Amino acid sequence: MKNLGGVKLPHNKNTANSETVDFGLPKTIVIPMAQAMGAVPNLFLKRDDKVLKGQIIGNADAFMSAPIHSPVSGDVIDISDYLNPNGSHCKAVTIRPDGLQTLFETVKPPEITDKKSFILAVRDSGLTGLGGAAFPTHVKFSYDETKTPIDTLIINGAECEPYITADNRCFLEDTDDIIDGIKLCMKYLNIKRCIISIEDNKAEAIALMREKTADMKAVEVKVLPSLYPQGAEKVIIYKSTGRIVMEGELPANAGVLVLNVSTVSFISKYCKTGIPLTSKRLTLDGSAIKKNRGNYNVLIGTPISELLEFGGAEDVKTILYGGPMMGVPLYSPEQPVLKSTNAILAFDTDISDSKNTGGVSACIRCGSCTRACPLNLLPMRFETAYKTKDAKMLKKLKLSLCMNCGCCSFACPAHRPLAEINQLAKDFLRNAKI
Amino acid sequence: MNTGNLIVTPSPHITGKRSTKGVMLGVIIALIPAAVAGCIIFGWRAALVLIVTIVSAVIFEALWNIIIKRKQTVGDVSAVLTGLLLGMNLSSTVPLYIPVIGAFAAIVIVKQLFGGLGQNFANPAISARIILAVCFAAQMGSFAEPVVNFLKFDAVTAPTPLVAGYLIDGTDKILPFTFSDMLLGTTGGSIGETCALALIIGAVGLMIFKIITPTIPISYIGTVFVLTLIYTGSIDESIYYTLAGGLLLGAFFMATDYTTSPLTERGKLIFGIGCGLITFVIRFFTKMPEGVSFSILLMNLLTPLIDDIILTHPLGAKPKEVSK
Ligand code: SF4
Ligand code: SF4
Repeated sequence: MKNLGGVKLPHNKNTANSETVDFGLPKTIVIPMAQAMGAVPNLFLKRDDKVLKGQIIGNADAFMSAPIHSPVSGDVIDISDYLNPNGSHCKAVTIRPDGLQTLFETVKPPEITDKKSFILAVRDSGLTGLGGAAFPTHVKFSYDETKTPIDTLIINGAECEPYITADNRCFLEDTDDIIDGIKLCMKYLNIKRCIISIEDNKAEAIALMREKTADMKAVEVKVLPSLYPQGAEKVIIYKSTGRIVMEGELPANAGVLVLNVSTVSFISKYCKTGIPLTSKRLTLDGSAIKKNRGNYNVLIGTPISELLEFGGAEDVKTILYGGPMMGVPLYSPEQPVLKSTNAILAFDTDISDSKNTGGVSACIRCGSCTRACPLNLLPMRFETAYKTKDAKMLKKLKLSLCMNCGCCSFACPAHRPLAEINQLAKDFLRNAKI
Repeated sequence: MNTGNLIVTPSPHITGKRSTKGVMLGVIIALIPAAVAGCIIFGWRAALVLIVTIVSAVIFEALWNIIIKRKQTVGDVSAVLTGLLLGMNLSSTVPLYIPVIGAFAAIVIVKQLFGGLGQNFANPAISARIILAVCFAAQMGSFAEPVVNFLKFDAVTAPTPLVAGYLIDGTDKILPFTFSDMLLGTTGGSIGETCALALIIGAVGLMIFKIITPTIPISYIGTVFVLTLIYTGSIDESIYYTLAGGLLLGAFFMATDYTTSPLTERGKLIFGIGCGLITFVIRFFTKMPEGVSFSILLMNLLTPLIDDIILTHPLGAKPKEVSK
């Protein structure tokens, strides 16, 4: 097996031992409709409507879309326009919880008898990949068995981003749900083998999973080195099975299905209770969080400002959804917790200040970026090709493979914004149409 | 809570600790053992030459930035490195205007006129050495006798291992210097090239700290060694030729110059083998005793071509894609 590059990061897993605590009801809940890849759900509510917990409040006809449920019972106090971090807009609903958390009448465990009803149940649950990519899970499940048979289920428990420990807590606290979820997926999707892949900095989780799966012949626990980005889909597939997802293809083409550990654990919980995806386990950490760093079970839609206040934050310069490598920065503390949020990190210093690390210089052609790139791309050549608007070269250099993991930017001594340029170059290439 | 002016920048939000300056400093530190050895071996005059070269390189870099009104780049210490490398390529006996002219050629002509850091196609120190060797052949080609005393300086000229003839003992040809001479550097030669031991120590450091990869040095030195072995049929002679002249200094510190060597490891392999081949041909089949500078310069010129042809194999790229 090839060495895939990658970078060694400070782990900062400060909250690895902090048990998940319920964060409780916030004063208001804000739910934007665009929370997952695919079609944006249409909002079913208007001002002054009453909603119940678990009620579908947004859905789309398209298959590639996941419904959105209300995490609380309460009153709709506002419908507004919401600016997504990627620059697009969508509708958002603001709900004032009534504190009763009355369940909607249809909330009951789904009836699952075969693959089709399993996939439908997963769609109804509103589940999207909980590792951060927010890809509707039922779409992943709807592969064509005759064309791309899947023989291996990989449970992604790498959690390779610094600070985040939510998946680690999931292993330790939801162990039985994980096992049941794996069994459900293997049964209804007819998958023969399962590999649970965990980075070696989670010794407790590894030991526990080994113990729980000791009598399961089809399930293997695989220990991966702690090297970012071990949890990137292409990397974890290669490191777990030696298979390569080819350009323009899906993991299914390589016969694998990758699910985040929190995703499988949710599937089993949903099948038992019927409570849709309305809360998230997330890690609250970062230098601005002065107290109560830890893992919390937070209702989706909870404004981040409530978490920051709880964390005793005073001066905040940067807030991230997710980790410091691929996390999305917030433009306002009033943005809410989303389905895909696995951490809220707040910092009181400018963590990306390159002046602290020697400033930006011209590329010195040292090759660090390509050695760090897990896919063995040539990031410095993307930069030159993008600047000269050389679409042909960008294609030849396989820009489309880049997964924006950020290793190249991290490794560059000249601090070139390589990952950022790759994204711009991808936009350029999309519009260049050659 | 103060959350005014949240910083919104694209990911990644953290960067590694390494900087351009750090990398340059790393190479400078790795050169220090050989530079110090040179000053001990050839006396204080060697130190004077190094200082003049470094200071003039820095001054030319600073002046250039001032004249063309660009951001001052002296801080990245790349000019110090160029100056040091050039100085180490000079004889301790050169008149002091030579390092000044050399620094001008390296910094202004070879580096800045071609766009500055990361843009020049030829190695500044090597090109300057070649320019000087052409313009001042006599001064550049005479080397001092090793005195091994920093306080002394001896202008008596001494042969370098590559020009010294074999000693004849009856019917046996004996190599003119012993291996311990070659390792310790007590032979004629330019300031920084003679002490093999110090060069190797520095180079190992560079590789341990991952500032350079071993590809170029190993393929370069390996090619020279193997070809010499085939040609002379003698292990002793192959080791001798490997340690002699500017090969180690060139292979470890100049052929590995980032800007003027290929980006990919496979490209570096071709580059190293090419350097080795050319060095071997020049040493054994031309009138010139030494071929390291020329071979590196020639391969520098081929580097853009190598980079054009040799790309990496990205994970998951389809091998033969029919382009539409
Ligand atoms: S790491 Fe930075 S300086 Fe080095 S080759 Fe890549 S872009 Fe250039
Ligand atoms: S962001 Fe793209 S080019 Fe950079 S290291 Fe990751 S995959 Fe490679």
